Amino acid sequence: MSARSLAILAALAAGVVLLAFVPSFTNGYQLSLAINIVSYTVLATAWTLFSGPTRYVSLATVAFFGIGAYTVAVLGEVMAWPLVLLIAFGIGFALSLLVGLSTLRLSGVYFVIFTFGLAELVRQLVTWYEVNITRTLGRYIFIDVTHAQIYWQLLALAVTVFISGWLIQRSKLGLALRVIGDDEAVARHVGINTTMAKVVLFAFSASFMTLAGAIMAPRWTYIDPAIAFNPVVSFQVLIMALLGGVHRLYGPIFGVIPLVMLFEILLAKFPNHFSILVGVAFLLIVYAIPRGIVGLIEGVQLSLRNAKGAGA
Amino acid sequence: MKFNGKVLLGVAAAAALAFSAPMLSAQDAAPKSIKIGYAISKTGPNAGGANITQIPNYMLWVQEVNAKGGLLLKQYGKRIPIEVVEYDDRSNSEEAVRAVERLIEQDKVDLLLPPWGTGINLAVGPTFNKHGYPQMTFSAVTDRAPELAKRWPNSFWFLGTSKQYIDALVELMVKLRKEGKINDQIAMVSVADGFGIDLSKAARAGFEAAGFKLVFDKSYPVGTQDMAPIVGEAERSKADTFIAFSYPPDTVAIVDQARLTSYAPKVMFTGVGTFFPLFPQRFGDNAEGVISLGGWSKDNKATMEYREKIRKLVNRDPDYWGSQIGYSSLQMLEQAIERVGKIDRAAIIKELQTGTFDTVIGKIKLENNMPKDAFWLLGQWQDGLYVGVAPQRPGVADLRVPKAPWKK
Repeated sequence: MSARSLAILAALAAGVVLLAFVPSFTNGYQLSLAINIVSYTVLATAWTLFSGPTRYVSLATVAFFGIGAYTVAVLGEVMAWPLVLLIAFGIGFALSLLVGLSTLRLSGVYFVIFTFGLAELVRQLVTWYEVNITRTLGRYIFIDVTHAQIYWQLLALAVTVFISGWLIQRSKLGLALRVIGDDEAVARHVGINTTMAKVVLFAFSASFMTLAGAIMAPRWTYIDPAIAFNPVVSFQVLIMALLGGVHRLYGPIFGVIPLVMLFEILLAKFPNHFSILVGVAFLLIVYAIPRGIVGLIEGVQLSLRNAKGAGA
Repeated sequence: MKFNGKVLLGVAAAAALAFSAPMLSAQDAAPKSIKIGYAISKTGPNAGGANITQIPNYMLWVQEVNAKGGLLLKQYGKRIPIEVVEYDDRSNSEEAVRAVERLIEQDKVDLLLPPWGTGINLAVGPTFNKHGYPQMTFSAVTDRAPELAKRWPNSFWFLGTSKQYIDALVELMVKLRKEGKINDQIAMVSVADGFGIDLSKAARAGFEAAGFKLVFDKSYPVGTQDMAPIVGEAERSKADTFIAFSYPPDTVAIVDQARLTSYAPKVMFTGVGTFFPLFPQRFGDNAEGVISLGGWSKDNKATMEYREKIRKLVNRDPDYWGSQIGYSSLQMLEQAIERVGKIDRAAIIKELQTGTFDTVIGKIKLENNMPKDAFWLLGQWQDGLYVGVAPQRPGVADLRVPKAPWKK
């Protein structure tokens, strides 16, 4: 390891330690905002983990997020917390393997539509089960966990997502995925088991989303399918990742922070015009910065370097 | 030294000054306004309900209090106007939690008004509780209400539990059966969502315990538009009683369908929407005899005035269930604040729990943070007014059974 990468590693570690102290100098609202930022960072980064290299646009985020929340609603009061999280991870993993195996042969817009349908399918299945089997639609979650604890769990999860993403990128799997992203036909021809690679990555990405849902659920006390499987979450994650830039693993952070802040300001200043202003913001993002903020910065860096080269 | 009158007078004057000094300074320190905040669904699936039952009440109450000059606080010896801080929770629990935290921590509001709906009120419950703000919900029906009131003593559950509505319905039906007006068969349909599931579950237990037979019992998904099969099957079941725990669009579709096929059960109960102003507008004389939740007092001047004020303000009627109760809860809050005389939330909660209050629906005293016998649980459209028919309390209207045949 070079001195430079050691220094970067040390800086990142110091940054995480610093972030861990956020609950001790924020009030409840600021902590709540921090929780929002970290949870969307986890979701958008997990989304990018799969969708970035493969360029498969998924709208299934909330399907897994909601499954995590429901796992807590069902098991939260009867089991130890780490066990609940483990089970949530397991359910997310198993389900995404199943879904992945049956659908990742689809590509392009078919995949987008399928993933959107998946979230709705899961929601309807849960509703059917609750209506006909348990005969009660809402579930109560009374788990004593402070907001600071939720924040720390999310932070730990975010670190895990980044480390996993970094390891995957450096592995054979990461290389295979980049080839798939560039041209899937070529990838198949050079002997890459494209389906396997996509499914494994999809499963990891989905399990992290499931865990995020499980960790967040105790904040709500009460969930029903409409609350747990709110499709707005999927779209927000998508737009945050796109704004940040999906060709780098750290890209989404640059989308999450400005958008969370923007939503807060819009909600506070224009409670009656929120939806229309958010729509305008989304249009601007897609038209003005198609490669995301990270892409924009890199572009500027590149042209500066070129200009320097030309001068010399 | 002898104490003469002059000295005593001087002492008295000094004492008066000494005691009045802090009062004067307190008056100087009186805030410009009392900040009252709320996060409510202005967009998303909950916006419809919030706009009918809740938001007009908030607007009216703030307008009326401020027209008087504000809330009278003894602490400052004067009225202080209300300043409103409002957010949109976008019908999302997480947004609601954060908006309430923002109201408390950033905006430092003095008091909070509740959001709309059972789910979101439960989501923000822990936050209200942690910071000790009274939470006077009037759009949440949950069978856990008594347990919640114990867990969060600052929370008030005005609409109570689904069981209390079903108990009232069963009682009415038992009486009708005893009088030989109906047989013991019931056809019941319910929407597969929170409201329909909770009430049909309670109803199943209640009716069976009272010896009724559910000859038809079916749930349908939210958003079902064609009610012909369901109403047809209910008609063929030969039950005298038809009960639908439905949402507004299905309520309208069911009544439309029943009118179309001239299906006239002796007792006809439909769900949310029946007590909305749109119901008589749409069905006119055919609304006569339909039963549902809530209810309105026939001869209560205060509620009639209240209805006029809401009409003037938002150009439509309030609903005939939660609206008047919600407005009454705001009147209670106002009286509790003025009795305490300052923004002392713990004392205000205590006063709400123990005091007796004058409201548009009459005197209210809470018991375990819920009103008891303070409002109508069931109502029926009679002569163009949605009157209360249960429980048995002063002003109760006699139930009209069988329902009049449909006019085409």
